[in-house]
Amino acid sequence: MVVKVYGPAYASPKRVLLCLVEKEIEFETVPVDLLAGENLTPDFLKLQPFGSLPVIQDGDYTLFESRAIIRYYAEKYKSQGTDLLGKTIEDQGLVNQWLEVEAHNYHPPLNNLVLHIMFNGHFGIVRNEQVIKESEEKLGKVLDVYEDRLSKSKYLAGDFFSLADLSHLPFTNYLVGPVGKGYMIKERKHVSAWWDDISTRPSWLKVLEICK
Amino acid sequence: MATPVKVYGPPLSTAVSRVLVCLLEKDVPFQLVPVSMAKMEHKKPDYIKMQPFGQVPAFQDDDITLFESRAICRYIAEKYPNKGTMSLFGTNPLVKASMDQWLEAESQSFIPPSSVLAFQIVFAPRMKLKQDEALIKQNEAKLVKVLDVYENRLGSSQYLAGDEFTLADLSHLPNTQFLVEKTNRAELFTSRKNVSRWWSEISTRPAWKKVVEMQNA
Repeated sequence: MVVKVYGPAYASPKRVLLCLVEKEIEFETVPVDLLAGENLTPDFLKLQPFGSLPVIQDGDYTLFESRAIIRYYAEKYKSQGTDLLGKTIEDQGLVNQWLEVEAHNYHPPLNNLVLHIMFNGHFGIVRNEQVIKESEEKLGKVLDVYEDRLSKSKYLAGDFFSLADLSHLPFTNYLVGPVGKGYMIKERKHVSAWWDDISTRPSWLKVLEICK
Repeated sequence: MATPVKVYGPPLSTAVSRVLVCLLEKDVPFQLVPVSMAKMEHKKPDYIKMQPFGQVPAFQDDDITLFESRAICRYIAEKYPNKGTMSLFGTNPLVKASMDQWLEAESQSFIPPSSVLAFQIVFAPRMKLKQDEALIKQNEAKLVKVLDVYENRLGSSQYLAGDEFTLADLSHLPNTQFLVEKTNRAELFTSRKNVSRWWSEISTRPAWKKVVEMQNA
């Protein structure tokens, strides 16, 4: 029985797919059309009561929230595939720290840019230039901290690729693509090098291929 | 004996109090180092060295400097697995995954609307800022939807992750304390039977009562 991942077309589920590829875990995807409201049906809400993506089913076991799912599989299969957690308690502390930074500092302004620029007219979003301007400024300040960090450390948590870096891939892919603000990455020397490195990992290229 | 760990920040900050209650639950001795946000001490170079985003808390022990309250809580739970409340981090991988799931739900779904409400209702008047009624209404509506999900969950589960108190429940303490005790929106929680039961249980734990004392000192 393979893990089922719901909603591969969207960004958050790609965190999970990438983790599963890195950990060499087999999976299937189940499409969910957000624009058609397939996330709000009673059957879906039984799986994910907030109506968000992703959710996974592993036999009888159900789990939601992409960062919880990637933690689960990274730990369960610690000795298989890429070690995404770090070897010592201190390394793991840094991985968790930067994963929280992604969730609380990086994701919210970037998500605003994604919603207002890519999903204008959907999910009740009306494009708001003030929100876009403020979100870009906020994200810029976060990226300045990243620039400093990545000038001293190859990856966010240290010299190893971890869940913290992985978590940034799907939405940053939107940033440099359809959101049209790739300059925010390119203009920062160390962030740019980090992005070039992580976005050319075979595992990420495989996820993009699967989700075409 | 190892030196006590250090936590930097004011106890009234929700993120700082999250770390304090975790340390108290785990019986880990600590020293609280005050940081005056009114005097912008969290934006000064010495502090920025520890926390480059200029946010509270920051944490130090002999081996590491860390920031982000939930990462600090995880570190404490991993470093001291056999101290204090041992169920805090989940007693097996499935409970731990459930804890992670509800901790993420707290971050992504509970914190944004509850923080806006706490700021608008409690802090804006204190800072002499005009309250944004539309924002209050919008975020109350969001919080209601989240609490409906919690009401359902807590009807079939003692705590969010399962039968035992974990980091997922703990993480809700700071914002809920504000909303229940310092605003007239307590009924959002108290009118929901299961949420109300859960809130009574988690908020009367000795560790949280101690943090509230520290906040009121």
